[in-house]
Amino acid sequence: MAGSTKNRGYAVYLIPGIIASTLVIIVPLVMTVYISFTKWTGIGSPRWVGFDNYTRLFEDANFWASFGHILLLILAMAVVPTFLGLVLAAVLFDYVAKKFNDRWASVLRSGYYLPQVLPVAVTGIIWGWILHPSYGALNKILETVGLGSLARNWLGDPKYALYSVMAVMIWFQLGYPIVMFMSGLQRIDPELYEAADLDGASWWQRFRKITIAMIRPELYVVLVTTTIASLKIFGQIFVLTRGGPSNATLVPSYFAYKNFFEKAQVGYGSAISTVLTILIVILAIVFLRLQNRAERS
Amino acid sequence: MTVTATRAPRRRTEERPSLRQRHPARFFILTGLLILLLLMVAPLLVVAVNAVKSPAEYAANGPLSLPHHLYWAGIVDFWNRVDFGLKLWNSFITSLVVAVLGVVLSVFNAYALGIGRVKGRTWFLVFFLVANLLPQEVLVYPLYYLSKQIGLYDNLLAIIIIFTVVQSAFGTYLLTSVYTEFPKELLEAASIDGAGKWLSLWRVVVPVSRPTLAVLFTFFFIWTWNEFFLPLVFLISNDNQTVPVALGVLQGDRMMDATTTSASALIGIIPAMVFFLIFQRTLTRGIAAGAIK
Repeated sequence: MAGSTKNRGYAVYLIPGIIASTLVIIVPLVMTVYISFTKWTGIGSPRWVGFDNYTRLFEDANFWASFGHILLLILAMAVVPTFLGLVLAAVLFDYVAKKFNDRWASVLRSGYYLPQVLPVAVTGIIWGWILHPSYGALNKILETVGLGSLARNWLGDPKYALYSVMAVMIWFQLGYPIVMFMSGLQRIDPELYEAADLDGASWWQRFRKITIAMIRPELYVVLVTTTIASLKIFGQIFVLTRGGPSNATLVPSYFAYKNFFEKAQVGYGSAISTVLTILIVILAIVFLRLQNRAERS
Repeated sequence: MTVTATRAPRRRTEERPSLRQRHPARFFILTGLLILLLLMVAPLLVVAVNAVKSPAEYAANGPLSLPHHLYWAGIVDFWNRVDFGLKLWNSFITSLVVAVLGVVLSVFNAYALGIGRVKGRTWFLVFFLVANLLPQEVLVYPLYYLSKQIGLYDNLLAIIIIFTVVQSAFGTYLLTSVYTEFPKELLEAASIDGAGKWLSLWRVVVPVSRPTLAVLFTFFFIWTWNEFFLPLVFLISNDNQTVPVALGVLQGDRMMDATTTSASALIGIIPAMVFFLIFQRTLTRGIAAGAIK
């Protein structure tokens, strides 16, 4: 009894948070799910159409294409940076910091992290210019060094646009796993490595058996957050390609944005974002369960 | 003195050529890492070089040549054309208010959940975790519609309210796990001294957790500064745009040539770099704190 009166004194502090989240998160979320079952232009009142938007969605080639592009972007934003980041973090922590010194390791780390601090829109502007077909730096450089035949319309040709975006995203994401993994590596007892060295373990064995095993919590956090970030990607696509050319780089969030604000198909846009949300929540639950299981064993 | 001073550099020159022969692996790994570093920063360097180059010189010598003289007109023209000072102010005031209010809201929530252990706390935490994961696309249209109804559309206030709540969802999650471990003796000592919950919060909990709060403040400020999607939808008039929106919507504009584009990119990079330098210490510590959760 004493416990519950004690708690009641604290519950007051939740009131601003509950009111604010209700207004900004719960009400809009419920509204979007409701609107996804209607036909609505944003003016007048929505008309109930049941599952029409969803059946249309599953027959829409653009919808499937946009999720196909996301799979490639997960490769570029989550898988490749995590793998490269793991190797680089281990090399910086275990090799550069020891064979040279800490200063080198931290300078390199900061340099790799740099793209992460830039606003998404600004990275889009930088790369939009570098990859521009007529006045872009990359084509100019290729011409200068005599490789003019390699010059391409990097973002304007449907054959290359998505790969160009993927390359930009690897550049953008790489610093995040490096910093996360290096901070995790600091927990490792140096004696573990020394013991492994005495046992004659190779660098690769140490990397697999000690490094990866010890920073598994960070590994999960990085994989979850980067995968979800790739599902949500909007800013870079908006600035670099606007989903084009001919939908070659269309992604779900930009697809929803177009339906909301350009085509005035609010019901359809809501269905797209509802599907995206369900996917993200499922993904988060799966990851959390995997993580819990890994921690228990 | 003089002996050691002259000997030190000579030893280094003796050692340097042998690095490659004596430690080939070491040499190649370091070279590889430095090439990667160059690849990572090269885009920024190219931008910086061309932002201060005249269009004529760019046309003549291309993107890689160093400018013969510093040409500031590109940056100045662009600054004046988009009224960049105003955009900086909009971004700054939005990010600052969101960071302050977001931290306060996170502290209130975490005080109730982490220290107060209010009933149903697990469910509240799950809620804040999910809220933090939601894509903004699923909230945007109702928020846009409702803010039009109550006259907050195209108003910085709408962005401030929305981001305060969105950021504090993360803050609540992180801070609750910190407050769960809060030393009980400190709170008991405060209550023996006659401090109520309100006083304990401000006199004990907040000062003790100041490092974590500083990290949250930093995160909220930078995240809000970098936000693009919701400001793009909400802030349509020129006077209300934030820096990323002002720069983002100009992409593909006919007025943008190579040097103007790099000038615009450079003035977008500079504030971010300044924050990076100011906050680097808190940031690194913060990333470490986030990793442990």
